[in-house]
Amino acid sequence: MFPLKCALVAATCVALLAQSPKYGLGRTPTPEEIRSMDITPAPDGTGLPEGRGTAVEGRDVYARRCARCHGANGQGGDEPKQSTLVGGRGSLKTAKPLKTVGSYWPYATTVWDYVNRAMPLDHPGTLTHDQVYSLVAWILQMNGIIGEHDVLDAKTLPQIKMPNRDGFVPDARPDVGGKTPAPKKMAGKKPRADGGQR
Amino acid sequence: MARRSTRRRFLEATGALSAVLTGCKRNAEEDEGPRRIGKPLRAYGERSEFEKSARALPTTKLLEVGSSYTPLADLVGIITPSSLHYERHHSGVPMIDPAEHRLLIHGLVERPLIFTMAELRRFPSVSRICFIECAGNSHQGYGARDAPTVQLSHGMVSCSEWSGVLLSLLLSEAGVQPAAKWILAEGADACKMQRSIPVEKADDIIVAYGQNGEALRPEQGYPLRLVIPGWEGNANMKWLRHLKVVDQPYMARDETAKYTDSMPDGTARQFTFVMDAKSVVTFPSGGQKLAGAGFYEITGIAWSGRGRIERVEVSADSGGTWQDAALSEPRLPAAITRFRLPWRWDGRETIVQSRTTDATGYVQPSHEALVAVRGANYEYHNNGIRPWRVMADGSVTDVPA
Repeated sequence: MFPLKCALVAATCVALLAQSPKYGLGRTPTPEEIRSMDITPAPDGTGLPEGRGTAVEGRDVYARRCARCHGANGQGGDEPKQSTLVGGRGSLKTAKPLKTVGSYWPYATTVWDYVNRAMPLDHPGTLTHDQVYSLVAWILQMNGIIGEHDVLDAKTLPQIKMPNRDGFVPDARPDVGGKTPAPKKMAGKKPRADGGQR
Repeated sequence: MARRSTRRRFLEATGALSAVLTGCKRNAEEDEGPRRIGKPLRAYGERSEFEKSARALPTTKLLEVGSSYTPLADLVGIITPSSLHYERHHSGVPMIDPAEHRLLIHGLVERPLIFTMAELRRFPSVSRICFIECAGNSHQGYGARDAPTVQLSHGMVSCSEWSGVLLSLLLSEAGVQPAAKWILAEGADACKMQRSIPVEKADDIIVAYGQNGEALRPEQGYPLRLVIPGWEGNANMKWLRHLKVVDQPYMARDETAKYTDSMPDGTARQFTFVMDAKSVVTFPSGGQKLAGAGFYEITGIAWSGRGRIERVEVSADSGGTWQDAALSEPRLPAAITRFRLPWRWDGRETIVQSRTTDATGYVQPSHEALVAVRGANYEYHNNGIRPWRVMADGSVTDVPA
């Protein structure tokens, strides 16, 4: 008990010293407080936790935890809508784009993060890190992005280049509307995003 | 028994007294016989039992994930009652004890800090009236314009007075480092939803604990949320618990897979935060019925994420002519502004619509102009003009695009 008390006293002293400078409010968070909330990996993989998984391992987890909504092969279910995970490559320019992990999501870290924080939809936070790595591997394998025995971990996952990585452009608005309604100039032109300018 | 009879006499006496004093008459029947006084004082008020206006809920099975819609046609003025503020939840409404809630600020800062709610309430505070609009409001609009009422077509916008602390103040207490470019904001809902927000916007962002004079409603982020005036609702993080100052956007699901705008060439616009100028007529609007030819007041709402509303024009003759509507004060930047125009309906079929101009000179575009540039799959940020058809029998319907 004694060392614990010492630690508490020390932590309290640090906290008192570390209040906000102008108003003297708040305290320094403990490493554990930061760790408990700091769960989002950066697109370069910084912050990904330990763990590993392959598509072969993910197939089984997927069947038990995911297939009910996303379909046996990632084709999507009735509800919730837009839960299709597989396919759609080449469809984004068409009249009926199919946005899936394979066709639309630009970063593998995003897939890992979203599965980790939000899935399964009705029981988020119940998957282990190994399960999350293996599920991402299975979803990417179903999309033909990796092989079934490729190991995903904190090192390999951020190295994956998703097919639509370069598909996003900055906000180009105002693109429509102006002092005169329906600018004629735009009408005859092939619509395109104004890449690069904000 | 004696006690009841005494009470009754007291009630009769006070009832008679109050009738004499106020001269109030409710109806002839009540004035003839003995009257009962009304209901007692109560600690927290409720609306009249005759008022039934409600949010529209989706027909999906899982109501923890989805949107409800504000009944815009039932509202007056510019403030949305907190009970009718639209909802958008991605993982249900968490129940949070404010005594246990903390806000953590860390990352590229000199002094990581963690605050209790009581501490946040001690900082100098601000209040601001502004709208919050879901990026997907009027999402039915790009493809087929098929929402039958203004509640379903435009009901994912609401306007409240929000109170809290400026984010820039909290960041200056933590000491932002020069490499800082973005802030990753995260909620305490089950999915810990998060968004990346440019750090330079912090001067304008409220870390809010108050809505319309009281604490936030649970559906609106109790006990703490971000309010980013004029920016898409999704970035206005509810149940806020965590701000990480970072050097790049973290590419969350809701800024990549969702809330990105698909263009016809296959690219998608990303970080399209601002909600452009938009207006809609709420009377007459889809689903309503006019009693017959004669006088009505056309009314509706206008708002812009880029500033104040400067003008609303209304056409009541199928787009033939446009008249300036009166704009009610206050007209606040990034807040709903109400417009009104006296109208004498001649009883013939016609189309009623509005278009607004904001402080930047931007004019709300037509549906056709939007689709010509953005295509039918843009999905978000639809601010096109919305027409309503008044039929000769007085019924009001949607006008399919």
